[in-house]
Amino acid sequence: MNIFDIVGPVMVGPSSSHTAGAVRIGSVSRKLFGKSIRSAEILLHGSFASSGRGHGTDRALVAGLIGLSVDDPRIPEALELAEKQGLSVTFGTIDLGEDAHPNSACLRLHGDDEKDAMEIVASSIGGGRIMINAIDGLAANFSGDCPTLIVHNLDQPGHVAEVTSMLQHKAVNIATMQLYRNGRGGHAVMVIECDQEIPTDSLTWLSKLEGVEKVTYYSPAEG
Amino acid sequence: MYTSFSDLLADGKEQGLPLWQLIQQDDCREGNISTEESWKRMAAMYAAMKASDSSYDGKQKSRSGLVGGEAEKVKRAREKGNLLVGDFLGRVMERALRVAENNACMKVIVAAPTAGSCGVLPAVLISLEEKYLGEGRNPEDLQHSLVESLYVAGGFGGIIAARASLAGAECGCQAEIGSASSMAAGAAVTLAGGSTEEAVHAAALAMKSLMGLVCDPVAGLVEVPCVKRNVIGAVNALTAADMALSGIRSKIPADQVMDAMRSVGREMNEDLRETGLGGVAATETGKAVRKRMTKPGLQ
Repeated sequence: MNIFDIVGPVMVGPSSSHTAGAVRIGSVSRKLFGKSIRSAEILLHGSFASSGRGHGTDRALVAGLIGLSVDDPRIPEALELAEKQGLSVTFGTIDLGEDAHPNSACLRLHGDDEKDAMEIVASSIGGGRIMINAIDGLAANFSGDCPTLIVHNLDQPGHVAEVTSMLQHKAVNIATMQLYRNGRGGHAVMVIECDQEIPTDSLTWLSKLEGVEKVTYYSPAEG
Repeated sequence: MYTSFSDLLADGKEQGLPLWQLIQQDDCREGNISTEESWKRMAAMYAAMKASDSSYDGKQKSRSGLVGGEAEKVKRAREKGNLLVGDFLGRVMERALRVAENNACMKVIVAAPTAGSCGVLPAVLISLEEKYLGEGRNPEDLQHSLVESLYVAGGFGGIIAARASLAGAECGCQAEIGSASSMAAGAAVTLAGGSTEEAVHAAALAMKSLMGLVCDPVAGLVEVPCVKRNVIGAVNALTAADMALSGIRSKIPADQVMDAMRSVGREMNEDLRETGLGGVAATETGKAVRKRMTKPGLQ
């Protein structure tokens, strides 16, 4: 927390958790998807579902998906803007279970190609801060505050060492690191939050390694 | 970030620096940014607060239809000379409503400390700016003092966050409007040229007067009673500042007041902490609004 978390942020109202946090969920999802989004199915859970309409949570999520920032005065018109950009949006509700944060949403995104699909579950945890909880059904707890590398790989020895030695080589410091797997020898995922950006060629190199199934990179930088 | 008023006062004595500078230096050290960069950002926050006031449109309505046009009514009454509280407090009231209504209507505001309490600091600071300019204070010096006073507000808010909370969901509205009022009281004393001790006493006095305030938003929306509570937050900040500037002291030290606010927040039933299930939200009318707003079929 710094002084501009207290006097600030500059944002579109009415609620830091239901509006500003929702914009951030949309914009992190947009960056994770990495391609242009053609359709989005947005499912709201808990308090997002019950008081989301009055707080503009629906518009705020879409605003993030089309690249608006939390202080963009066009947020209230986000649904119309999305339509103009050829992004079709549908809304619904979902029960993500008792353990889910009350301010949560599930976003199912689709691109031009049928293969381009991603499901993101995220929560707005207060003061405009968020947590990405899962990507395509696999746990991935990260805040979107720093560059984040997500590697899906086969659960076999050596992949963690490959990734971390690449980061060392590129002088990228690790802030947090989490490992998950669905069972021994099955599929595993690494979620690594970093202090520096990771070069694109290193990401390409990583994605070509044997046993690495998918590399997703999130950069908090503008654009 | 400072976690106690007593540390802040002790450092001020030891280093011979004003409050705002201690707070700025501490924040720059932790965030690894230069004091120039920090100053620029804080000046931009004040500019954004002014924009969140001037962007008001008396005809706008919130999405629920519960909020809109309140500040316009106060303005008309003020211009006719009909307000019981007089012109200056009338302007404070009007401004608190303008900014808080803008928030409910999805316009750009500065969350300070939260979106729901965004009207308090602008109402106090912009109205004092207007008053001091009218009294012939040098505009450049005044701008400088306004940014300094925002540092004091931010530093005080940080202490409240560390000792208690700034979230209605955790400690009720006392943590939002109460904290905003406490921050604004310290800022107002700073702007008025009061002492460091007076600023801290003002913050304590302001919080004591709003202690126990529950968070009971109708239908869970930041509209009723939130918008109008910004008025009491702003007016209470000014009366607390005036009490401190007159020499009145909080008999309970500021740190202990904030600790008490936390204890009160912890004792509050969950229905009274932003769930929209207690207080005015649980009245017959409040429940009817909730029913209307939670009908299926979003957009």
